[in-house]
Amino acid sequence: MTALLEMRAITKTFPGVKALDQVQLSVREGEIHALVGENGAGKSTLMKVLSGVYPAGSYEGEIHYDGALAEFRDISDSEARGVIIIHQELALVPLLSIAENIFLGNERARGGVIDWRETNARAADLLRKVGLSEAPQTKVDSLGVGKQQLVEIAKALSKDVRLLILDEPTAALSESDSQALLDLMLELKTQGVTQIIISHKLNEVRRVADSVTVIRDGTTVSTMDARSAPITEALIVRDMVGRDMAHRYPERERRSGATLMEVKGWNVWHPEHADRQVIRDVNFTVRAGEVVGIAGLMGAGRTELAMSIFGRSYGRNISGEVLLNGQPADTSNVPRAIAAGLAYVTEDRKSLGLVLDETIQRNITLSNLEAVSTSGVINENEETRVSERYRAAMAIRTPSVFQKVVNLSGGNQQKVVLSKWLFAEPEVLILDEPTRGIDVGAKFEIYGIINDLSAQGKGVVMISSEMPELLGMCDRIYVMNEGALVGELAASEASQERIMSLIVTE
Amino acid sequence: MALAEHSGAQTGVMHYLKNNLREYGLLFALIAIMVFFQIVTDGTLLRPVNITNLFLQNSYIIIMALGMLVVIVSGNIDLSVGSVMGFIGALAAVMIVNLDYSVYVTVPICLVVGGLVGAAQGYWVAYWKIPSFIVTLAGMLVFRGLSLWLLEGQSVGPFPREFQVIATGFVPDVLPASVGEGIAPIFGANRLNMLAFLMGIAAAGIIVWSALRQRARNRAYGIEDEPQVFFVARLAIISAALIFIMFKLSTFRGLPNVLITMGVLTVIYTFLTESTTLGRRVYALGGNEKAAKLSGIKTERLTFLAFVNMGVLAAIAGLVFAARLNTATPKAGFALELDVIAAVFIGGASMSGGVGKIVGAVVGAFLMGVLNNGMSIMGIGIDYQQMIKGLVLLAAVIFDVYNKSKQG
Ligand SMILES: Nc1ncnc2c1ncn2[C@@H]1O[C@H](COP(=O)(O)OP(=O)(O)OP(=O)(O)O)[C@@H](O)[C@H]1O
Ligand SMILES: [Mg+2]
Repeated sequence: MTALLEMRAITKTFPGVKALDQVQLSVREGEIHALVGENGAGKSTLMKVLSGVYPAGSYEGEIHYDGALAEFRDISDSEARGVIIIHQELALVPLLSIAENIFLGNERARGGVIDWRETNARAADLLRKVGLSEAPQTKVDSLGVGKQQLVEIAKALSKDVRLLILDEPTAALSESDSQALLDLMLELKTQGVTQIIISHKLNEVRRVADSVTVIRDGTTVSTMDARSAPITEALIVRDMVGRDMAHRYPERERRSGATLMEVKGWNVWHPEHADRQVIRDVNFTVRAGEVVGIAGLMGAGRTELAMSIFGRSYGRNISGEVLLNGQPADTSNVPRAIAAGLAYVTEDRKSLGLVLDETIQRNITLSNLEAVSTSGVINENEETRVSERYRAAMAIRTPSVFQKVVNLSGGNQQKVVLSKWLFAEPEVLILDEPTRGIDVGAKFEIYGIINDLSAQGKGVVMISSEMPELLGMCDRIYVMNEGALVGELAASEASQERIMSLIVTE
Repeated sequence: MALAEHSGAQTGVMHYLKNNLREYGLLFALIAIMVFFQIVTDGTLLRPVNITNLFLQNSYIIIMALGMLVVIVSGNIDLSVGSVMGFIGALAAVMIVNLDYSVYVTVPICLVVGGLVGAAQGYWVAYWKIPSFIVTLAGMLVFRGLSLWLLEGQSVGPFPREFQVIATGFVPDVLPASVGEGIAPIFGANRLNMLAFLMGIAAAGIIVWSALRQRARNRAYGIEDEPQVFFVARLAIISAALIFIMFKLSTFRGLPNVLITMGVLTVIYTFLTESTTLGRRVYALGGNEKAAKLSGIKTERLTFLAFVNMGVLAAIAGLVFAARLNTATPKAGFALELDVIAAVFIGGASMSGGVGKIVGAVVGAFLMGVLNNGMSIMGIGIDYQQMIKGLVLLAAVIFDVYNKSKQG
């Protein structure tokens, strides 16, 4: 097999930031090549250079593709050569159908008139290929993220793809959806599609990748080839963070105190379909210093539960009681929930967690502006000091806290959201997929922060689709299915199998 | 990720200019337009009488632009301000001229009514999530109709002297006229309003002082700094222009009352938007409403308040306008909302909310004002004036978008 792609000495600079510095990447024809590295290492940027998002001339270095020097001017240019990228953020139009999305910009039409029969028939073909059973006419917004991701791939396949780039395709997917996607990748490989995958889930990388390139601080650290020696997670981690990491989860002294929060008889109905009950009679407790996990499949209602508790941000006809320190707490709107000592770190940082066009500093202080102001006047110096403190503590990689959040890498954006809620100094912190899209090193840091909170006697509720993470971090795990809690396991008795069996038997 | 080093001062300056082109562009455009008209009108533009006029003519636009900026930053728009302005003028006229109410009763009532009008519209926008475009489009028709009804289709006036001074009055000099007259010859003038002159110097001093403070802060926190050349040049130009304009005013009748109103309001709103939690939250609301809400910001209440505020400012503008014309007419404020909105967008605010500055809106309004005034002096027909203004608006926004795409 020969190299389909050679990226040589790629350097890309943004104002104040050298995102890529002489990066080398070589991808063989027909392989699955994994690109790994810490948050902000430059993975997405490298792929944007490759796919023409950053056009030739805006970077230094050379791209050799399919035996010739490639200078893509834009995405359509690279797509014409079979290079197709699926970005970290999905780019489907929610109110259009699957078929319409697949052929968006590439419509099956004769003289400008869309041929619906061909569109839907071709779409159905492609959906079969990616293993989706939905009708092509289904609106995309009625699909879960996992299926949307498959639609993105179907869209890529509709364009005669030779080199498919997937930027963190499984970050938002459940375990089983991820497996399906990885299987599909292997299937595509047998059909000769070369693929580059960016992922922070190293077990997945190990499973599908033929070779792995590690990027750190904008430079290539190493390339490993599975054919010559087996690739282990430990090897990847060492190259990623520059040191050996013996443990994935920091040690914590487990000691839990009195009951801090208690939710009783919680019922929630769907905000639009008034007859659909989303949460059914949920009861749970969180003790001081405890990390409580909520496990469940996508769509089990975990986010809905969390958001309905946090200031009734979701649902209607909510009934039930929230007790904090034994007293009924008023959580009827977000300001009151925050005042009562709750905080909720959303799973959807782009649309619910951040004001993207604002600076890091302004995002961090947003939910607790009072703490940096006197009688309504903001003390900007204090504000800067505070955000600098979080930048250091959370290791947010950025030239300054005055950088707009939109320019940060995905993982660093997540750290900004976390900083914002830590700064609000909650008693109970609800984390919804807190390590989604975060690299191993940063995960470790975030686990450390969770442990610190618990050591201070705060309560932490952790919603996660990554079971190893729940098992590694939590004192107790509730299992949720179809809007109800179906089981509770102490850390000592919990295992992936037991959690799954609780979900399935219900 | 490594910090890129700037190779030498040259690239630093270019780099800074590229990132801040918008602000300099606006200032530069204003100066260029003023110089242009100053030349083609043979110096009429910057005659003391005309400068005074410029302020009077544009005061109500600027006053409303302050409120409109807040509304637009919050992610909304208000199309009703022209009508509301006319309505309040009509209300004042009917109360004072027809019903013989005292000015001192009428003015507060008008301001409250303005607030209520804003509240009535803001309520639907904030709590019922009805798009502001639609609510205020309805408001535009309703209040246009209401002023017609109030005035019974007639012009009502004139106003008593004490009402007219709102717009046409001048602040009396602090020092006896003899002092000014004594100093005036030094500058080759006949008279000199010491208050205006001193205020000009004081204002320039304050601007320089706060810029220096900001610069010190930037230094302390390693924020990318304006290159020395620009900093000095910008401050020099702004201060010189300020002192020059105030000097010109002082050789005429001194400080118009509206200039004080406008100046004070501009300072207040700059402070409110840039330094208070309230202002910060409005930006967050416009930037990402859902995220703002989940951060504990009372987004509905803020939206509501933005409209109440707009209503009060539209009322002030309405009073100024009526006082200036010395009569209330059913056509007062007609299509003025468009000038106000244009000023805000020329000033760099974003249609989608979350972006925009008070100074920008004020400069944008002045830019439009100078264009209007200059073209009128030149005797350019209203037809061409409209076309040119339209193109200026388009150019400013294109410039914005282009700028943004280059940074991304
Ligand atoms: N448009 C931009 N302007 C300024 N800086 C940028 C821009 N885009 C990316 N960067 C910076 O370049 C660096 C690399 O970002 P990139 O998105 O490639 O990281 P990544 O490796 O994909 O990280 P993650 O795993 O978190 O997604 C980061 O420091 C980021 O802040
Ligand atoms: Mg990325």
